[in-house]
Amino acid sequence: MAITDIKEFAHLTEADIESLGRELDAIRLDVEDSRGVRDARYIRRAIRAQRLLELGGRLALFGSRYRPAWLAGTAMLSLSKIIENMELGHNVMHGQWDWMNDPEIHSMSWEWDQTGPSEHWKRAHNYSHHTFTNIVGMDSDVGFGILRMTRDEEWRPINLLQPFANIVLAATFEWGIALHDLTFAAELEGAEKGQLNSQANKDFARKIFRQVGKDFFLFPLLAGPAWKSTLSANTAANLARNLWAYVVIFCGHFPDGAEKFTVAEYENETRHEWYLRQMLGSANFDSGKIMGFMSGNLSYQIEHHLFPDLPSNRYPEIAVKVRALCEKYDLPYTTGSLAKQYLLALRTIHKLALPDRFLRATADDAPETSSERKFREARDAGAAMVETLRTDPVTGQRRGLLSALRARAEAKIPRRRR
Amino acid sequence: MGLKDWIEAPAAAVVPAKRSKLNWLRGAAARLTTPLLPDDYLHLANPLWSARELRGQIVEVRAETADSATIVIKPGWGFDFDYEPGQYIGIGLHIDGRWHWRSYSLTSPPNWDDKLISIAVKAMPEGFLSSHLVNGVPSGTIVRLATPTGNFALPDPPPQRILFLTAGSGITPVMAMLRTMNRRGQLPDVFHVHSAPTDADVMFADELTQLHEEHDDFRCKIQLTRSQGKFALSSLDEVCPDWRERQTWACGPLPMLDEIETLWRDENIEDKLHLERFAVSRADTSGEGGTVTFAKADKTVAIDGATTLLEAGEKVGALMPFGCRMGICQTCVVPILAGHAIDLRSGKQHAEGDRVQTCISAAAGDCTLDA
Repeated sequence: MAITDIKEFAHLTEADIESLGRELDAIRLDVEDSRGVRDARYIRRAIRAQRLLELGGRLALFGSRYRPAWLAGTAMLSLSKIIENMELGHNVMHGQWDWMNDPEIHSMSWEWDQTGPSEHWKRAHNYSHHTFTNIVGMDSDVGFGILRMTRDEEWRPINLLQPFANIVLAATFEWGIALHDLTFAAELEGAEKGQLNSQANKDFARKIFRQVGKDFFLFPLLAGPAWKSTLSANTAANLARNLWAYVVIFCGHFPDGAEKFTVAEYENETRHEWYLRQMLGSANFDSGKIMGFMSGNLSYQIEHHLFPDLPSNRYPEIAVKVRALCEKYDLPYTTGSLAKQYLLALRTIHKLALPDRFLRATADDAPETSSERKFREARDAGAAMVETLRTDPVTGQRRGLLSALRARAEAKIPRRRR
Repeated sequence: MGLKDWIEAPAAAVVPAKRSKLNWLRGAAARLTTPLLPDDYLHLANPLWSARELRGQIVEVRAETADSATIVIKPGWGFDFDYEPGQYIGIGLHIDGRWHWRSYSLTSPPNWDDKLISIAVKAMPEGFLSSHLVNGVPSGTIVRLATPTGNFALPDPPPQRILFLTAGSGITPVMAMLRTMNRRGQLPDVFHVHSAPTDADVMFADELTQLHEEHDDFRCKIQLTRSQGKFALSSLDEVCPDWRERQTWACGPLPMLDEIETLWRDENIEDKLHLERFAVSRADTSGEGGTVTFAKADKTVAIDGATTLLEAGEKVGALMPFGCRMGICQTCVVPILAGHAIDLRSGKQHAEGDRVQTCISAAAGDCTLDA
């Protein structure tokens, strides 16, 4: 069972959540008030760098029959596609740069270098995923409908193929996203299942035609004798982008500690509890400047989920404040190295391929999902145990979620048998 | 769809004044640059080499008076020089990372051979964009431009007898008309009354004098309001007895225009009167809301300051895009065509030309949305 009562899970009182929410609002206003020339210059430079990389890559690939040119061209094209998708496309379409009032860098007009039309994506991602983040059954980004990422979902025999499905999803990530978004667009349009001439399908077809035409037909054609190596380079660049985007997204949402929630929790949620859900539902990975840039600053996934429409270049400074807040309210701040975060996600994928009878933990107490019930077990173990979870026996200070999690891990409460 | 249309399709949204042959090439090249246009790459080399949006470069800022200046702009690709004298353009300036929009009358005659246009701007004490243009904008600055527009325009050929009534910066559109007629060598009988506080405040004073010297038919009466008081419309009979027969163009402060409009109506000659109102609309921050017009849906509704624009639209059945309803997903963003809106979370104001999240914005006075 995912979290049904975020207040109880977070060990916070209503007043605590209120004041945490107000502090987050203040961070937001601070950034809004100080957006200016520096930020505008940042995004312009990023755009210029990406376009120059793209140009350079395409030009180099005309000589792709020579191995160094192939390598250089493929590298530049891969970088260009990654930057275009992560730092530019994703963030512009979140409205992070709408404040500049520039129609060329605006969420209303940006189209990205991916098979899925931006209109479809904005609906599925900005609206659905960011509003219903990690609510099992409402946010279909939980596993993208292909993978079982929480034991709240019933095991089906097809889940045995999960390790394989995972690899396919990673390699064709843009297509996975595009098809996933298409269902949303068709639903919104009210198109019948199997209605081929729906507007959503037409938009999708046009976009595919242009994207595939460019990378797999026109550029190889233009390259003449170098068509084969150009084709392989374009394929490699698309693959590299897909793998990287997949890794970044999975590290932001599926490592241990990125919590899932139930519909019940959402139904009674206040605006400040929404903040809390975003904080507990996302995970970061450690990144420096370059890694941050290449991931579209989604290495700061927690900050992104709290403030999806604030400029990405501000996430590092926001992160310092959010971390301080987590400390103050004794909340976990889920982060780690890229490798660690990815391995945790990978472990979940492989574990949950198996039926529940092979798994030890319950859905209340698993690495990939937990709920407030796991603290209730402590209550079963006796009043003294609850006391240690709520109050530090040495200092007498009230404990929050983070300390409670630690105390619980140390106390090694016996797991309830299913 | 014909072959030509198909090739042009990716560039169909580009905004050249007329369907340009270039769009054919642009569309073809866009198959390689998709989802961008070739323009997006070309303007890396030269900011003016893009017709995705009209752009221009300021080439000269020339002082007219102590607080006004002529700004000469070289427009980029796609600009139509075939505008009518008296029309205005929208100009966007990048200040503190953000584009700010205002409209100013063109002072240059159309079809200038050197492909330059000019506007004249008077610094307003509260207008930070106009002050920036007059006092701070360096040559070489790239600006965004909107297509010339407006009904306050001189027909071609011009009428035989004309009366111009202007005050302050209201002279700017009339300057374009005078220059055009002069350039074409067809300056008819013109009587021009222009008001300014003092001698030093008269914009284009030398040019007006020169016009008068070169053309017997051009008479200009300068009214210095600080010493001579306001120009009395009742004195028109004296200084320009045939004013009722003239086509009149008037531009200046609102009270002056209202007075003129009343007189012309009383005389039953309003069909001879052309007005341009330079009213600077202001946001109403009293929190009382206003009347919201949904342009595409052709619906109007009066709302209070706490009702969001999204709710307002849904109330009257305008087709509004919506999403999270809490200001995070940007699904509900719609451009403001006129008036002001206010962000209910931060209290920030948005004006014409901005795009607002309707789910967390309310009307600040009357406003019109492109929805």
